[in-house]
Amino acid sequence: MKILVAVKQVPDTATQVKISADPRAIDTTGITWIVSPYDEFAVEEALRIKEKRGQGEVVAVSLGPERVKEALRSCLAMGCDRAIHLNDPAWNDADTLVTSKALAAVVKQEAPQLLLCGRQAIDDDMGAVAAQLAELLGWPCASWIMEEAIDGDGKTVRTARQVEGGLEVFDLPLPAVLTAQKGLNEPRYPTLRGIMGAKKKEIRDVKAADLGWAPEPPQLSVVTLEALPPRPPGRILQGDVPTAVKELVRSLREEAKAI
Amino acid sequence: MANAFWCIVEDDRRGAPKKVMAEVIGEAARVSSGQAEAVWLTDTATEAGLTQLAEWGATKVWLLENAALAPYRGEIWVGAAAELAAKERPKAIFAPVTSRAREFVARLAARLGVGLAADCVAFAMEGDRLVATRPVYAGKLLAKVTWAKTPWVATLRPNVFRPAEARPGRTATVERPTAATAAAQMRFVERREEVSTGLPELTEAEIVLSGGRGMKGPEHYVILEDMARVIGAAVGASRAAVDAGWRPHRFQIGQTGRTISPKLYMGFGVSGAIQHLAGMRTSKVIVAVNKDAEAPIFKIADYGIVADLFEVVPELTKEFKKLLEK
Amino acid sequence: MKLDATEEQQMIQAMAREFAETAIRPVAAEIDREGRFPHETVKRMGELGLMGVAIPEPWGGSGADTVAYVLALEEIAKACGSHAAIMSVNNSLYCDPVYKFGTDAQRERFLRPAAAGHALGGFALSEPQAGSDARNQQTLAVRDGGHYVLNGRKQFVTNGREAAFVLVFCATDRAKAHRGITALVVEKGTTGFLVPKTEDKLGIRASDTAELVFEDCRVPTANRLGEEGMGFKIALATLDGGRVGIAAQAVGLAAGAFERSVAYARERKSFGVAIGQHQMVQWMLADMATAIDGARLLTLRAAGLKDKGRPYTTAAAMAKLFAAETAMKVTTDAVQVHGGYGFIKDYEVERYFRDAKITQIYEGTSQIQKLVIARAVLGGTE
Repeated sequence: MKILVAVKQVPDTATQVKISADPRAIDTTGITWIVSPYDEFAVEEALRIKEKRGQGEVVAVSLGPERVKEALRSCLAMGCDRAIHLNDPAWNDADTLVTSKALAAVVKQEAPQLLLCGRQAIDDDMGAVAAQLAELLGWPCASWIMEEAIDGDGKTVRTARQVEGGLEVFDLPLPAVLTAQKGLNEPRYPTLRGIMGAKKKEIRDVKAADLGWAPEPPQLSVVTLEALPPRPPGRILQGDVPTAVKELVRSLREEAKAI
Repeated sequence: MANAFWCIVEDDRRGAPKKVMAEVIGEAARVSSGQAEAVWLTDTATEAGLTQLAEWGATKVWLLENAALAPYRGEIWVGAAAELAAKERPKAIFAPVTSRAREFVARLAARLGVGLAADCVAFAMEGDRLVATRPVYAGKLLAKVTWAKTPWVATLRPNVFRPAEARPGRTATVERPTAATAAAQMRFVERREEVSTGLPELTEAEIVLSGGRGMKGPEHYVILEDMARVIGAAVGASRAAVDAGWRPHRFQIGQTGRTISPKLYMGFGVSGAIQHLAGMRTSKVIVAVNKDAEAPIFKIADYGIVADLFEVVPELTKEFKKLLEK
Repeated sequence: MKLDATEEQQMIQAMAREFAETAIRPVAAEIDREGRFPHETVKRMGELGLMGVAIPEPWGGSGADTVAYVLALEEIAKACGSHAAIMSVNNSLYCDPVYKFGTDAQRERFLRPAAAGHALGGFALSEPQAGSDARNQQTLAVRDGGHYVLNGRKQFVTNGREAAFVLVFCATDRAKAHRGITALVVEKGTTGFLVPKTEDKLGIRASDTAELVFEDCRVPTANRLGEEGMGFKIALATLDGGRVGIAAQAVGLAAGAFERSVAYARERKSFGVAIGQHQMVQWMLADMATAIDGARLLTLRAAGLKDKGRPYTTAAAMAKLFAAETAMKVTTDAVQVHGGYGFIKDYEVERYFRDAKITQIYEGTSQIQKLVIARAVLGGTE
């Protein structure tokens, strides 16, 4: 079974992000880049499917500038067989729809049986690309899955997706799109052998022209990035516990009107 | 109508719209100066539900009622909604952030070839364009975004927008278009209910209590649940507590959990790691209780108590009881 | 001169850092308190390839190099000195010599399981009467047909109780002094191989430090590493590599204590400001940072020389000396920065302080390193 995993490289959560001279973008100097955590769940699940079935191929794909190769390299170190890098300035302003269209073109070329993504990338938190890919490909989609099981002959996948108050279980005919929610699995660390072997694996550069891509403007664009408005300074309530608690309840009732 | 702001209805699966729709309709009506319309895809709508939407301010309800529409399956919903949208050409399509709406409107936007802004916390008309504000980078920054063309598709973070007041007597035209439903690809197998805590859903609750590493173990969450029952709150947990196996993942607040924006957030033994703040920073009032005066959560708290949570929680529950009995 | 790590080295370092932070650090205080060997995390380190970092893949190792090894080891030590000791002994003092001096048959049998992390290796050179004076081996091996009959006592053997294989140095010909020392791989479970005692230590308390006793222990001649009489040469060559590992461990301990001190200095307030605003604390932190960087650079240089196959005995001794002294100084100052809190177990720095001490002692005391360095400075042999 061939599985494609779409991943995004994002700043590490702990990294400080600052707005750059261009107020629509962040200053990328000094940023530590990682594979978006939900995408790691997707990679892990793909590897487990391959291991369980005893055969198959897991291909990691990502869109972004040259630095994205590092993210792809860590997917290869985890165990992906090869990688595809959509690497072209034509996609510099890509919104989720442009990204989805570019990825959909690659998916059509590769024709996998399964496309796995994280439930959202933790930079933009848009959570749209997987669903949009499903729409563009005409594939069924199960979002925020907590478990999956592919039947023996590889024709359908049973998934449990997290919804308010429970899980909804569906059978999806393959090919299909699944997005990984935390709890699906515990991603492995790349082993040293995996890391040493990653360089020998292929990362194929794909340019817009390779996909017959006609330049397309984004449908959503950033007007500006802004720092958070500062929260008004808080108050530490003094005194022993009963006194502080009484003051808290009074404040919540009378000042904040929160209760 | 070409100026309409559509509001995709989230319902309780029993024929009534969820409360969050008051926020969506309220905001849509505000931004569009009263041109909010509800679009309801369901297998069963009730009259009371339709009235509720009207009282919140929907001038029209597009009711797509069909057994094939439940439970939600993207391939069926998108076809039905897209067909209607192509005909009616709404100016915007709003939906609350819920498990199905977030997938549905992303697909719908792709089908219609328009932009999507997810998890918005503010909207403003600037001339004839709509600008949405949404948190990015773990809530460390806000992005203002805008669309190249209509319909402007967006999802709205619950508990952020002012809910419309229900005004009895307001009515809406109910349109029942016949939409073709595509053949289903996905086959529904079953729904597994979570063991109910009897407390509100984390993302919907107006008050959220959160227990962190300072809770010391799973057995202590009962003290938060006791308080939660008194004030009608949901109980969540930090990643540290979830990773320690004290609470199931569905209760995790933060970047790799749920994003919440309640009126009142109270953290007990929560240190306030960036990853947690990402999930609760837009809460209106933040209370922190922690033994460690240096815990980062105090930096964003409106009220803080530096003390042992095991002393504070019972005392606080007692005081809340007194207050609410009055 | 190039100081950038390769992409692989960076990835190995990043993986080790994350693993150490999420899997090792949470258990470090507990295993230290209980003096308990961390079987589970050590097994996971083996699965990740951290137990045979620089051993080629065909022999069960990871096929990386010494630079990657010291980068990873530093990260492990940053979280826990005991884990670092276990890792460094298996890599440097066991796998390295068995790979270097073993035949293919020996590599297959004694190296592959240890490099792959399925079994642990140990290194038994010190004796009650022979610590720094390693030439003076009292443990005796007498040839008897296809076997050696081994008798004697070894002390302070890291991984001694847990190891499946111990590289034991012994005299096969007393008359030849250090040229009569031979290295044997002794397998756990061999009759006459006893482990009577595990030491209760000041630091690296979760690592296993044992006394080994051999009583008419019959070891097949096929277990002999190199020729008879080559043992001392093997021991010295091995210790050069081991010292680079201990240097990395020392750098990690210093860096771990330093990171906690910086965090504390930012948070803790005295006289109305964070203590990091006080110049006396700033000076301490600046000295710590500079010493750590110096120790790290010396360690990387020694590792780089080893990888290039160039002489590195002096470089290893300098790295080990400077890193160990730095670890002791930095962890002492880290306790000082923390004040009273540094002295209690709620904060981690006191453990780093205790763990650091051994780096000045094992695999050649700081005084021995000075001897090695002085010999080179005055025109010795390298």
